[in-house]
Amino acid sequence: MTTKQVEVRAPMSGIFYRKPAPDQPAYVEIGDTVKKKQVLGLLETMKVFQKIKSPANGKVIEILPESETPLKDDDLVFVIETG
Amino acid sequence: MMKKILVANRGEIALRVIRACNELDIKSVAVYSEADEKSLHLKPADEQICIGPAISAKSYLNIDSIIAAAKSSGADAIHPGYGYLAEKEEFAKACEENGIIFIGPKPENLKLAGDKITAKNIMEEAGVPVIPSSPGPVGTLEEALTVCEKIGYPAMVKASGGGGGRGIRICQNEETLREDFLIAKAEAGASFGNDELYIEKFILKPRHIEFQVLADGSGNISHLGERECTIQRRYQKLIEESPSPVLTANLRKAMGEAAIQAARAVKYFNAGTVEFLLDSDDNFYFMEINARIQVEHPVTELTSGIDLVKEQIRLSSGGKLEYSFNDLPKRGWAIECRINAEDPERNFLPSPGVIETYLPPGGFGVRLDTHLYQGYELPIYYDSLIAKLVSFDLNRLGAIAIMKRALREFIIAPVKTTIPLYLQIMDDPSFRKGDFDTGFINRFVPGEDDEDF
Repeated sequence: MTTKQVEVRAPMSGIFYRKPAPDQPAYVEIGDTVKKKQVLGLLETMKVFQKIKSPANGKVIEILPESETPLKDDDLVFVIETG
Repeated sequence: MMKKILVANRGEIALRVIRACNELDIKSVAVYSEADEKSLHLKPADEQICIGPAISAKSYLNIDSIIAAAKSSGADAIHPGYGYLAEKEEFAKACEENGIIFIGPKPENLKLAGDKITAKNIMEEAGVPVIPSSPGPVGTLEEALTVCEKIGYPAMVKASGGGGGRGIRICQNEETLREDFLIAKAEAGASFGNDELYIEKFILKPRHIEFQVLADGSGNISHLGERECTIQRRYQKLIEESPSPVLTANLRKAMGEAAIQAARAVKYFNAGTVEFLLDSDDNFYFMEINARIQVEHPVTELTSGIDLVKEQIRLSSGGKLEYSFNDLPKRGWAIECRINAEDPERNFLPSPGVIETYLPPGGFGVRLDTHLYQGYELPIYYDSLIAKLVSFDLNRLGAIAIMKRALREFIIAPVKTTIPLYLQIMDDPSFRKGDFDTGFINRFVPGEDDEDF
């Protein structure tokens, strides 16, 4: 089976968080195996938190933004390797 | 009387308070974060002071920074608006310690009202009916699971220091509780600077009816009638009106008396709101006291003839409350639509961006409280409330007709707003008859269960 890279992009502008709370561990780290629909991070836009979920089963190979930084619409956030 | 008021807020409510100051010939100080340099509330104020970075925790929730701004500008009072520091005891105390009048309830009132659990216990003792809930704050997921097992699902997880519908999650079962508990905690922390949560039993098909109260420093307390706030989405109010289409004179009298009793039980001061759930058999349950001016205060102002912000200022200056509900020049019907920068077609996802087209409504019976203007960019950091459109007429159907006309006139683009949803609701036969419960909005909102992407 061949591997494929799947991009996870910000659906709108907002503040990106890697953890559910400042004193909690990050949802995922580079190298983690993730399932489809697993929560990868949070996006806060106008006080509303949305879950950023994995679009597929695979492995996290890139996490681009730092936690607590503002993202623009369509910014690349995660790269997942599938297959 | 006060000489200079610092307004510790942003957006439409900052503008609302500054307008009251200007009418009263009191100097005003606007504060702003680095993301709000172009905010409209800065214009009508006499002074403008930057209080920190975009993140609310470092600006609008930063007590030291706001107290320093009040001192450097020589303000003798602070109006907190709603949200942010409005119900923080620590902030009201900091004002007191620095010789600044906090325009709002006393720190003890905020402590009690902010601590919804203790407030509820006091109400229970005072003979006001209450809803079953967690006996105290719920700190961990494990505690939450135990509480929910006892009171049963569905259960409601709420921010202890919250309000305005933020930080609230309904958990249908153990699985959603496990998934959402920490997110509710994060939302509570981000919105109110306090991540404490509590849990209560979820009552099916209720109406949300609240009473405006005012209290002076000598123990005189009056209510100013009710607000019908039943039309909500995820505990976020969308449409409010006064009076309520379902309250009989007797029920209004009973609930009004309970509201005054509730305020008296906590020795309340200044403006506040006593929230009740009303079931279909006209049983009402105390929910909480909101110790602040509320978003929906205009509907009470229009029907009672009382300017609530000016009354807050007068009462905090030592003024006496010398009227009761029966003395008020009550008249007509008022309806408010909260216009949010959200896309009702896409599950109410926020819609930030630049307001390229802005055409506000006007004319007879229209009040518009907003901080929008053409070219304004909605910051990602703050709430999505962008305007409160209020209609007023002698009766309910007249107010609905004015609201429809005003909604059609109101053009905001390309940012998505909830205006199209309100136009649909104004034509809905159940809405027009006043026949609805808190689940009303579900008929207009498809597939509420997946907000993720």
